[in-house]
Amino acid sequence: MSSAATVGDLVSQPYKYGFVTDIETEKIAKGLSEDVVRLISAKKEEPAFLLDFRLRAYRQWLRMTEPDWATLGYPAIDYQDIIYYAAPKQQQKKASLDEVDPKLLETFEKLGIPLSEQKRLSNVAVDAVFDSVSIATTYKEKLAEHGVIFSSISEAVKEHAELVERYLGTVVPSGDNFFAALNSAVFSDGSFVFIPKGVECPMELSTYFRINSGDTGQFERTLIVAEEGASVSYLEGCTAPMFDTNQLHAAVVELVVLDDASIKYSTVQNWYAGDENGVGGIYNFVTKRGQCRGERSKISWTQVETGSAITWKYPSCVLQGADSVGEFYSVALTNHRQQADTGTKMIHVGPRTRSTIVSKGISAGHSVNSYRGLVQIGPKAVGARNYSQCDSMLIGDQAGANTYPYIRCQQPEASVEHEASTCRISADQLFYLQSRGIGFEEAVSMMVSGFCRDVFNQLPMEFAAEADKLLALKLEGSVG
Amino acid sequence: MIRPDAPILLEIQGLHASVDEQPILNGVNLTIRAGEIHAVMGRNGSGKSTLSKVLAGHPAYTVTAGSVRYQDVNLLELEPEQRARIGLFLGFQYPVEIPGVSNLEFLRVATNARRQERGDDELDTFAFEDLVRERLNVVQMDPAFLERSVNQGFSGGEKKRNEILQMALLEPLVAILDETDSGLDIDALRIVASGVNQLAGPHTATLLITHYQRLLDLITPDFVHVMAAGRILRSGGKELALELERTGYDWVDAELARQPVEVP
Repeated sequence: MSSAATVGDLVSQPYKYGFVTDIETEKIAKGLSEDVVRLISAKKEEPAFLLDFRLRAYRQWLRMTEPDWATLGYPAIDYQDIIYYAAPKQQQKKASLDEVDPKLLETFEKLGIPLSEQKRLSNVAVDAVFDSVSIATTYKEKLAEHGVIFSSISEAVKEHAELVERYLGTVVPSGDNFFAALNSAVFSDGSFVFIPKGVECPMELSTYFRINSGDTGQFERTLIVAEEGASVSYLEGCTAPMFDTNQLHAAVVELVVLDDASIKYSTVQNWYAGDENGVGGIYNFVTKRGQCRGERSKISWTQVETGSAITWKYPSCVLQGADSVGEFYSVALTNHRQQADTGTKMIHVGPRTRSTIVSKGISAGHSVNSYRGLVQIGPKAVGARNYSQCDSMLIGDQAGANTYPYIRCQQPEASVEHEASTCRISADQLFYLQSRGIGFEEAVSMMVSGFCRDVFNQLPMEFAAEADKLLALKLEGSVG
Repeated sequence: MIRPDAPILLEIQGLHASVDEQPILNGVNLTIRAGEIHAVMGRNGSGKSTLSKVLAGHPAYTVTAGSVRYQDVNLLELEPEQRARIGLFLGFQYPVEIPGVSNLEFLRVATNARRQERGDDELDTFAFEDLVRERLNVVQMDPAFLERSVNQGFSGGEKKRNEILQMALLEPLVAILDETDSGLDIDALRIVASGVNQLAGPHTATLLITHYQRLLDLITPDFVHVMAAGRILRSGGKELALELERTGYDWVDAELARQPVEVP
């Protein structure tokens, strides 16, 4: 019994969120056209500025081609074979959770996200998004007492149109890239967060995305604004059922931070990854970008990526304000035939801006895991500093790891450091731990957790343990 | 301490093992009773280290014939972790580094795995810290090593002390120490040897694998065995080691020619 084979058995644990909720859904016909864009906008009763935004994006998208520079291989996506809007049939969003379809509440309960009043996490507010629409947002009133707005973006468009109009598309313009343009044209829902001047958000905010339909794309849009001196910690989680077809997920996240404000954005991504032969799974093409507009502002991205058949994702920071800080902490785990091309962009514009990148890639099975990152120091970024560390861990001898660091520096008084390493869980390390009474699974899990510790330490407390458990589940099989 | 009526802890009979289909052990016989200290000596490549790894259950080695009984159980049927939990300990010649895994946490998980097997309570972080600080004295180790990753950046001597610390925590019934003396200066050797002596007792046994007499000056063996070509060629008392020190291993080849390897 070779230890590589045994690790292989370990990492092949079943996906436990693969169930489908049987619920009546309202869908529009497959395919994309200007009429579809107008129909989505009409269904959501949107103001004119948003319809214009969508149409502009759609026209730009028509002229764009899908990017092919990533280390990813997948069959061509037929954009006319996707449903662009699906929503569980229920009357308008409910005033109270008690009126939400119990099947939906049950779904989120099964996912470990209890929405009902009695069972909620006491210090986390949740926005639950099911297919294309937000079905519930908890703790809205309590947050409102502090002036914090936390709602689905559809509601925000209705209730805070001027704020949405002021910020939407200002960080990721509608024509930024192929997938961002697609999202801008057809996005259906997502979360909106606004933290007013001087307010420290009193609780963790969290959005949970659930894809349920088999032939629906999910295009959510998240916009978070922290005014001067404000701060917030936000977490998103994602799961999807098991289908033998691929679903497209093309999200856009925009963050805006003003002077002395900070946003901590954490992701625990566990979309369905496909089976061991690479059949099915989510295609995850996501544009996430934050802009440190103010002086001394800060954006911190932390991501734990364990799902998706394809991951194409580069959460980035534009460090515009003087002394602003960008951080990127990432764990990406791939197994079987999964492919991940993920990393970050740190764009240093203002003087004395600082960025830190810590990326940990774990590849098992026949997967390919690539880190791709850009550090760009502009001519005005006097005294800018960057530190990057990219570590790869290989499990077994069939997996691949790549690191593509790009550094562009136009400022002589800047400092850029890059460190990279690759390691393998060796049979001798496993034997050493085993010979001290530690079981094989626990030994693998200890080594993987140890490898990821720098990143897990960055997650909000409530979720660090969850992330550890998630990796353990993917690698260890202690289901439940 | 030799007591002919002491219970047998480990009984190896006709043990053959190979790695990549290459036979390394060719019929090892060895009986170890409680209270005894055995030394296995021999030239490089004689199979000493392989014997220790086969006993601990290293997956690279395949047992092709023979048996190993540990107390009442067939040792060869058990996974390596189970062997450790029931009290078999292997001190490695080259302990591996495990980046990112805290030494303290590793020691705690290992100790609790053994304690659970013996029916003792699991030790929480605080209770374990008390225990580990007490046991650090056995090897005069700086507590700072607890905060580091397992063996990472440790010198050769520090790694070996960490091995003996593990032995002190796991309280094995049979401790196999594979060239624990290699790469140690004389001070470190004294500390390690004194640790082993403190841990030896009437109910446990020690199997020392070594090249040199200098370890046996500090830990007195009850039996000395000379390995060659994957089996034990000669056994004797502590005076056999002294004789080897004088005569070397030249006699081994002649002896081997007289005792051909039996094919199982």
